[in-house]
Amino acid sequence: MCLMPSIGRDDVARLADLARIQLTDEEIDRFAGEFDSIMDAVASVSEVATEDVPATSHPIAMTNVFREDVVENTLTQEQALAGAPDAQDGRFAVPQILGEE
Amino acid sequence: MTPPMNDIIRRSAAAQAAALNAGEVSSEELTRAHLDRISAVDGDLNAFLHVDQDAALATARDIDSRRADGEELHALAGVPIAVKDVVVTEGQPTTAGSKILEGWIPPYDATLVTALREAGLPILGKTNMDEFAMGSSTETSAYGPTRNPWDRDRIPGGSGGGSAAAVGSYEAPLAIGTDTGGSIRQPGAVTGTVGVKPTYGSVSRYGLIAMASSLDQAGPVTRTVEDSALLHELIAGHDPHDSTSLTDPVGSFAAAARSKDVKGLRVGVIEELEGEGFAPEVSARFTESLEQLERAGAEIVRVSCPNFRYALGAYYLIMPSEASSNLAKFDGMRFGLRVIPEDHPTAENVMKATRGAGFGDEVKRRILLGTYALSAGYFDAYYGSAQKVRTLVQRDFAAAFEQVDVLASPTSPTVAFRLGEKVDDPMAMYMNDIATIPANLAGTPGISIPSGLAEDGLPAGIQFLAPARADERLYRVGGALEALLEDSWGGPLLAKAPELTSGAK
Repeated sequence: MCLMPSIGRDDVARLADLARIQLTDEEIDRFAGEFDSIMDAVASVSEVATEDVPATSHPIAMTNVFREDVVENTLTQEQALAGAPDAQDGRFAVPQILGEE
Repeated sequence: MTPPMNDIIRRSAAAQAAALNAGEVSSEELTRAHLDRISAVDGDLNAFLHVDQDAALATARDIDSRRADGEELHALAGVPIAVKDVVVTEGQPTTAGSKILEGWIPPYDATLVTALREAGLPILGKTNMDEFAMGSSTETSAYGPTRNPWDRDRIPGGSGGGSAAAVGSYEAPLAIGTDTGGSIRQPGAVTGTVGVKPTYGSVSRYGLIAMASSLDQAGPVTRTVEDSALLHELIAGHDPHDSTSLTDPVGSFAAAARSKDVKGLRVGVIEELEGEGFAPEVSARFTESLEQLERAGAEIVRVSCPNFRYALGAYYLIMPSEASSNLAKFDGMRFGLRVIPEDHPTAENVMKATRGAGFGDEVKRRILLGTYALSAGYFDAYYGSAQKVRTLVQRDFAAAFEQVDVLASPTSPTVAFRLGEKVDDPMAMYMNDIATIPANLAGTPGISIPSGLAEDGLPAGIQFLAPARADERLYRVGGALEALLEDSWGGPLLAKAPELTSGAK
């Protein structure tokens, strides 16, 4: 079983950045204090996950579920935009994508 | 003469349907009686996040007039239902218990909601839940916790505490729940109600706001086993909109629930799910339930599922990993909350500010844990290992079901704990799901029914598990045990719950 490094403040901040979640300093402290014990509790899975055991990604085995390639009813443009925080000319309006540089 | 409504709302859904058929009561009267009950007690319970009186009554009146015209209706037509707020409903708010979806009106119905509407069940409203179904107590809801009808200072279980409390307090005879790691069964156990997690794929996931797609499954929340069977038959079936939906024909669940015959049924007691960690009286009610089954002709066998001890760890890797991906869509761009920061409001910063403000603690915790478990360097050790444990858990089930027809364990290790008791200790909270999680990992079905009163005079549950696609067995054993126990109690367990005398909205 491999020993996992402990998860510190910097790690939590980096994960939050990857997950696009703005955290307060207090939240970073709190999560950093919790994650080691949670990961320790779940790390036992590697005790029995030996090489000869195949992985299961899905509870009921299924392969290649297809349907006929025909047009079906979908949302109208109006329905699709109905819950949008901002819309313009029948499209989603989003903030500027790139920074100002 | 019309019986008092207070009496009718305490009947099972099947009995309410019979009253409608017999002309004893109209759907409008029945629906109004439930709306009145919600008004009278839900201020305290907070089981509902949204009540849609007008739509429910409109459906009820429509069914009444179609019944008067002699139209052939569904067996449950006109019987009202509550729907967990993680299931999208066209034209009715759906929040999944989160601020990030506050005020969102979905533009479509989940497939199971379409089935409810087509069958003519008035939808009373949407029930409270842990935020995005992440929790075992309904305390992570952004809209305040639901209280347990047995004791307002206790949790109603979670994530589907709202649905369980609603049926347990006669606000609704039927409700829809979803079960990713026990969110239908554990609330059932701690509120003295019945809940079923069907075989994965039995009920369409189209229109369920996903937490962990390979684990999530919707199912019935009711007061009786027969009612769960009837509701399961109604919402089950193949749905081309869900690629994981099973194509099997729907089983005869209600007939199985009514059969009350367990002669020769082999019931396996899972050795890994008893003893340490299980409260003494919860265990005692479990043992007494097995004795009842044995006296009725069932054979009780002890079985070992050695890899179940790794199931909790595997679950708390797979579930956050899938959740971190599924919840990426809440980014403030196309629907839901958008928070615009004052400095540098680029799309990325808007996403961060929106998710930082819109998600609660437990959602952030799980997204971060999932992001960690999936990150380069740790993937094999964590997510990869968890998927292998999933295989081992499935093999344990397969070996056990070679010896027995169904497996049994207490549903939840304890009775309902006090609000706030575990909210600051994530691992203690996660332990509530120890007995329910293996079924989600393996895709197998499970039912929880009341086993009696345990510690502090609060309800406990017994869980039965069956092989995938053998949901009928759950209804057979559940219906039989329910009848045996109710005989010994002199009526349903819920009759022992305290009267709710206050709590008007």
